Amino acid sequence: MMKRWLVGLLLAGLVAGLAQGAVTIMVLWSGDELAAFQKVVDAFQARTGIAVRVESVGRDLPTILATRVAAGNPPDLAGMPNPGQMAEFVARGALIPVDGLVDLTQFPTAFVDLATVGGKVYGIFISADLKSLVWYNPDALYAEGLAPATSWNELVYITRELANRGKTPWAVGFESGAASGWPGTDWIEDIMLRTAGPELYDKWVAHEIPWTHPAVKRAFELFGSIVRNNAYVYGGTTGVLSINFGDSPAVLWDPVPGAYLHRQATFIKSFIAGAHPQLDLDQDVGFFVFPPIDPQWGTPLLGAGDLISAFRDTPEVRAFLQYLASPDAQAIWCGALGKLATNVNVDPGIYPDRLTAQAAEILKGAEIFRFDASDLMPAAVGSGAFWKGVLDYVSGVPLDRVLQDIEAAARAAY
Amino acid sequence: MNMGRAHWLYLAPALLLLGVFLVYPSAETIRLSFYGPRSDTFVGVQNYVRAFTSRPMLIAFRNNLLWLGVFTLFTVGMGLVLAVLLDRVRYEAVIKSVIFLPMAISYVAAGVIWRFVYAFRPAVAPQIGLLNAIVVGLGGQPVGWLIQRPWVNNIALIVVGVWVWTGFCMVIISAAYKGIPREMQEAARIDGANEWQVFRHVTIPFLKSTLAVVTTTMIVFVLKVFDIVYMMTNGAYDTDVIANRMYNEMFQFSNYGMASAIAVILFLAIVPFLVLNVRRFRVQEAVR
Repeated sequence: MMKRWLVGLLLAGLVAGLAQGAVTIMVLWSGDELAAFQKVVDAFQARTGIAVRVESVGRDLPTILATRVAAGNPPDLAGMPNPGQMAEFVARGALIPVDGLVDLTQFPTAFVDLATVGGKVYGIFISADLKSLVWYNPDALYAEGLAPATSWNELVYITRELANRGKTPWAVGFESGAASGWPGTDWIEDIMLRTAGPELYDKWVAHEIPWTHPAVKRAFELFGSIVRNNAYVYGGTTGVLSINFGDSPAVLWDPVPGAYLHRQATFIKSFIAGAHPQLDLDQDVGFFVFPPIDPQWGTPLLGAGDLISAFRDTPEVRAFLQYLASPDAQAIWCGALGKLATNVNVDPGIYPDRLTAQAAEILKGAEIFRFDASDLMPAAVGSGAFWKGVLDYVSGVPLDRVLQDIEAAARAAY
Repeated sequence: MNMGRAHWLYLAPALLLLGVFLVYPSAETIRLSFYGPRSDTFVGVQNYVRAFTSRPMLIAFRNNLLWLGVFTLFTVGMGLVLAVLLDRVRYEAVIKSVIFLPMAISYVAAGVIWRFVYAFRPAVAPQIGLLNAIVVGLGGQPVGWLIQRPWVNNIALIVVGVWVWTGFCMVIISAAYKGIPREMQEAARIDGANEWQVFRHVTIPFLKSTLAVVTTTMIVFVLKVFDIVYMMTNGAYDTDVIANRMYNEMFQFSNYGMASAIAVILFLAIVPFLVLNVRRFRVQEAVR
């Protein structure tokens, strides 16, 4: 018995020793996402025989990764917390460029540009989330004789019209535990892109313009014109601040709709399905793209994505990167999770429902795509002062004071 | 072995542990508080200047003072009143157990429970929060208990702390109260004192040192209050407290310098009360 146990131990040691020559990748996923990624890894292993060790480190990934890079002991590849963090690693000379390793023509330029630093590409987006969407209940909206908005003025018209009829136009929920406020930052980012344009948006992200800049102020004001109006939001501003972001859209499908419109990213679909299991997602749920405001900026798209970069250049790492970029890998990953593929050659048939396929189609045609600004800012601003500022503003604090507070945090953080 | 040195030998393990787990980290925290976010650039007193001038920190200081006053008053005050009144009740043990029970619940759990109590639903929807269900039942409008600033939400959080700690104060004070010789109170009553006078001139003087220890213990706790605020609001809507600021600077914003500076300030604020507490304790021991 003892002998058998020893042999087992030796074999395990041998396998572990062999795996040293394989590929390690550090990711923050857990649960469904980790299981889906493991499927991708298994398929790669079956195809090439190269073993991949997935290190799932959870939300502490930025800290752990930064420490390991500083210690000169990074994993072979890692999921990047965001493009900003990726650029920091590039500045330290830690990442290898992927141009020439991966066929970048399979990706929309927007995603290639996001991963480009100093003319070289340092990462691959294996999937994306589209944030610029307004969800609605077609039956309820058409019953009111209204249709999806194609411009900001139409959106304001729908909002006023519903309020005049004594109905509540918007369902908004900013509560998210210790992260409360983040859904509001997405609103402001979408509006900022449409009123100030992508260049100024980038400057705002980099803190090259202050938070007290008129363009930022205007984005907040337009956001406030809807969300701060007690007659326009379900439960008034207190409702906005108290209702959890995931519970918020459910009222659109109540027998007597509590609201008609809900602005949120693609992932909200699963929350809607969870609250109303009887819904036919292809018939009963619809969305339209958050409409343009200033015609000169058209309809930019706001989103986020899963970005993978490599720290070491070995044949195994190259093979794995090429696989991750391929339509096959993305079909497994996105098909399992309902995320959007970034590779234009992915068959739309992989998506679990029409809505996701539709969102993927919109993303494919993206002329201007920008990453979630709060994810790109230093945490003290993007996951601190900005969140709190949104909550303060909606709860009635004067806008100038809100912007001064965020600016003060930004001055200390950048 | 020289007897003059032997005591060091016996002290060595304790000193070593104290050095490794208390003295060194404290010294390191003080050192880091003079450095930048990543502990690589010396910034002098900049972190301290920010700690005493930035609006979020000033609000946190204000809230800690509010906690200090309201929380301490209510936990010790209600603890005293309950200890004295329940002494004459037949079901004393049962009621005391019920009041003491929240002590067994972690603050995080208390935060979760009370989030349900304070939950807000729009007036058109059924209320799921106990408090708003009562308010609406009485014909009122639902209230955003955790959102309405500056006093409603802070008091709502303090109530959770009071709910958890009152039982603790009551049990300690009750033990001291039962130690008062009954002849004293009887003598006072025979001399014609009414109940209030007996309480004021006999009971209170006897409980004085216990009350002082309980009060300083509560003050030390309240200065460090964190879990309840983190769980329920994470400091939004001007409910932040010093310890929650420290947590966020450290683990959310990775600003080690600022977090260390706040830790040092918190430590310095608590020291006087600790000294008081230890002194009181010694006096009490000497009396016994």
